[in-house]
Amino acid sequence: MHNIVIIGNGISGITTARHIRKLSDHKITVISAETDHFFSRTALMYIYMGHMKYEHTKPYEDWFWKKNRIDLKRAFVEKVDTDGKTLHFSGGETMTYDKLVIATGSKPNKFGWPGQDLEGVQGLYSYQDLESMEANTKNISRAVIVGGGLIGIEMAEMLRSRNIPVTFLVREESFWDNVLPSGESQMINRHIKEHHIDLRLATELKEILSDENGRVKAVITGAGETIQCEFVGLTVGVSPNIEFLKGSKIETKRGVLVDPYLKTNIDNVYALGDCAEFLEPNGERKSIEQVWYTGRMMGEALARTLCDKPTKYEPGHWFNSAKFLDIEYQTYGWVWAKAKENEGDFYWEHKNGKICLRLRWDKSTGKLLGVNNLGFRLRHHAFDKWFKEGRTVDYALEHLKDANFDPELYKTYEAEIIAQFNRENGKNIQLKKKSWKRILDFVS
Amino acid sequence: MSTTEPNLSISNPHPEDTDVIQKIALVVACFGVLILLAAWANIALDASVFMPIAIISMIGGTTVYGARSYLKQPEGIKNNGVWHFSLTSRGAFAWAVGILLTGFYVLLYWFPGYVGFVQNGENQGLVALFDPLSMAIKGRPASQWFMYGTLYTIAILALGMKFIFKYRHSRYQLIRTISVMIAQLVFAYTIPEILAALNYNDVTTSAGEYVGYYDTDIKNVWPLDYDFFYSYHLDAMQEKAYQPFGMIYLVVGIGLFLIGTPILTYFIGKRWYCSWVCGCGGLAETAGDPFRHLSSKKLSAWKLERWLIHSVMVFVFVMTAVTLYGYFTGASSVFGLDIYSKFQKPYGFFIGAIFSGIIGVGFYPMLGNRVWCRFGCPMAGYMGIIQRFKSKFRITTNGGQCISCGNCSTYCEQGIDVRAYAQKGQNIVRASCVGCGVCSAVCPRGVLKLENGPEEKRYDLPPIIIGNESVKISE
Ligand SMILES: Cc1cc2nc3c(=O)[nH]c(=O)nc-3n(C[C@H](O)[C@H](O)[C@H](O)COP(=O)(O)OP(=O)(O)OC[C@H]3O[C@@H](n4cnc5c(N)ncnc54)[C@H](O)[C@@H]3O)c2cc1C
Ligand code: SF4
Ligand code: SF4
Repeated sequence: MHNIVIIGNGISGITTARHIRKLSDHKITVISAETDHFFSRTALMYIYMGHMKYEHTKPYEDWFWKKNRIDLKRAFVEKVDTDGKTLHFSGGETMTYDKLVIATGSKPNKFGWPGQDLEGVQGLYSYQDLESMEANTKNISRAVIVGGGLIGIEMAEMLRSRNIPVTFLVREESFWDNVLPSGESQMINRHIKEHHIDLRLATELKEILSDENGRVKAVITGAGETIQCEFVGLTVGVSPNIEFLKGSKIETKRGVLVDPYLKTNIDNVYALGDCAEFLEPNGERKSIEQVWYTGRMMGEALARTLCDKPTKYEPGHWFNSAKFLDIEYQTYGWVWAKAKENEGDFYWEHKNGKICLRLRWDKSTGKLLGVNNLGFRLRHHAFDKWFKEGRTVDYALEHLKDANFDPELYKTYEAEIIAQFNRENGKNIQLKKKSWKRILDFVS
Repeated sequence: MSTTEPNLSISNPHPEDTDVIQKIALVVACFGVLILLAAWANIALDASVFMPIAIISMIGGTTVYGARSYLKQPEGIKNNGVWHFSLTSRGAFAWAVGILLTGFYVLLYWFPGYVGFVQNGENQGLVALFDPLSMAIKGRPASQWFMYGTLYTIAILALGMKFIFKYRHSRYQLIRTISVMIAQLVFAYTIPEILAALNYNDVTTSAGEYVGYYDTDIKNVWPLDYDFFYSYHLDAMQEKAYQPFGMIYLVVGIGLFLIGTPILTYFIGKRWYCSWVCGCGGLAETAGDPFRHLSSKKLSAWKLERWLIHSVMVFVFVMTAVTLYGYFTGASSVFGLDIYSKFQKPYGFFIGAIFSGIIGVGFYPMLGNRVWCRFGCPMAGYMGIIQRFKSKFRITTNGGQCISCGNCSTYCEQGIDVRAYAQKGQNIVRASCVGCGVCSAVCPRGVLKLENGPEEKRYDLPPIIIGNESVKISE
């Protein structure tokens, strides 16, 4: 029996712990400085908006940990001594381990703007950030958000839920257009404005101004405009939260460097989730993967390695999802902001301007490469299977009804989509009826 | 977390946005309620004038208010501030409403005199307000039950309209809500009143002889309608003067329980009843909607639920069995136990009145809107067993897309921890799911789909959530 210590009680650390327990009897300790129990970081916004309370964001009841013999410790690790296999906590306490797992997640980026440390200026990552946002946004008359990514738009939605006027500074020409192709991105631009958010595209932050008490009172944009505000949300991405490893023998670059087994340069020390950086990225994936799903999958793999079944982290086909205010977004496979040379591209948008579908495929083989769907839902199993089987874009369209995941009684758009595809590509694809037999086969 | 000041609004998530039209609509709706209170206080009002005004202002005011509040926002999920508002987060306002509702039920059941009902005399107060309507429909003064039925229907219609505006982006919610509104208005209210008006029910002859009463709400199926097999009820249905309707109700009632319910539940789940048709469900889905997140999601609550609901079900089966035994043999007791005082009366008192009425509705603001449906209703218990073991209905989980946010579990009125299944990639097959579809609506990642499909693989637990090839399933 090993003494396994995990730093970080986010999805990565907790998935590792749960799966170790399923597979073995090892002693497991999970350490976190943030909260006593695992909660869903992705749900932070809903606490602020009053959809849920903190307790609802905890995926497991508090008795779960004791019952599964997972020890929890609330403490901040200041130093890791890999020679002595010892952790040093702030406050002087120590703890030894046989195997160490680093799952410390991220922290919000700051790019050295003047005034970035003023009161009322903050990012949104941790539970403590949420608490300070609660305090910082009391009775304010305007907020400015800097950075047009997923957390930026969430923050804008949060503030709007309390009727706080929001100015949203986005450096790019169009919202999230380094990821979303233009049709999707413009749809979201329109939707942001529909929610009365003052969207400023192609606008950078230059400086944050202070009042006499050290609180933010305004920002100045790259174009020299001054915008009065009492709150600034900095949402310009996140980076691995690994300062505490400085001075240890564990090799880091931007994140903790790991091999495909999630092992660091030191024996018996592993890292995963937002804080890990792969020496060799997986295919088209980034070397640091900062999403919920990848943290979970790394945890599933690492738990096996720690239980003497060495297992590489081998993610399957990419998928992701988000929600931009009221518009849901799902993606399967790879859809780049701009189609690559060899890629065919198809985009359909509903006349209401809030529902769309994009398909990408390999022009030489016709094989489907990726799909973006906004405003309606598609079945993960369908696309995963079609990618694995190397199905063509024609096949996917023919069987689009099998992949529809919208609630029952909803209007469907397959016929319209296929008609447009046929028209544009000179094809004659016929829509097949939904087949439960094929749907069940997705899940074999 | 300590959040914003408590707010007394019922449906509008952005109170400071309340515009003139909304304010007028709110005043109109409140005026309707005020008429009820004034009548209750025996302030002399001309009922034939004020009763229609009350009904129109309550339904009209709420509809305009709901329309105005929601239509000026983009369509989508409207749960902002639910846990900040006093009424919807067990605050002082919630307690006040809970106590008011509970008190109303106590008076209605046991002290109808206090709401103005006068047996064999002129009604007063609240009940008297409904005399003209009752006279117009069936030519006799209102009873406390007529008053209650009318208010119940108004609540479903008015707050159903509000619900429709709130969920206008979801066709499932739209159609389902129209269905419960029509079911209440037509089957529970209009048809029974017309049958009574045409002397097919509840008749007292000119000689002063009472012919009998049977329940003419066709969708109120035994065992929810627990007195269906009571002697007076069976006799009334067979009464000559009530034919052919009496026998139709008898045959359809038994047929619905024995044949209709299992077949429909097999094909589409218990939702056909609980959230599309049933009157208790209808009130829960409309008037109860602002309270759906208050149900407990704890494992311990689920354990309690399984004990309670099945105990009530066994209780009603036993009670009905001895009732029928008494009916056919003429005996008034079984094994020395009096059928009325040892079986029927306790069931009616504890389950019929206290559980389904007082706790079921009076406690909406404390325990959520489906306490009765989840912990008590024997009809739900019966259909739940079918739904769990022999049905095509399930909530399919969308592969690996769940982010464990908890919206689904929080807004499940039946207290099902939907997330526990979704984050494992497992379908949700639960006896208690009433198929309201709200978990699917609030999920921000498109993870949940209510559907009817083959029983094969319905509740498989995938060995690993898809998207991860690290672990080979063959191992
Ligand atoms: C607001 C927001 C919304 C998001 N929404 C989505 C989404 O919709 N979909 C998606 O895929 N991803 C989303 N993400 C990203 C996703 O939440 C992260 O990728 C994921 O939570 C990372 O998990 P993790 O376990 O690697 O790290 P974390 O969840 O960050 O957990 C790390 C834990 O370690 C603790 N810790 C760090 N250092 C120490 C130390 N020295 N001592 C003790 N404890 C320490 C931290 O306090 C923290 O509790 C979102 C992120 C945010 C902030
Ligand atoms: S599981 Fe979903 S559909 Fe079923 S009762 Fe709960 S919220 Fe409604
Ligand atoms: S609401 Fe959706 S994403 Fe959130 S926990 Fe439920 S299934 Fe998962």
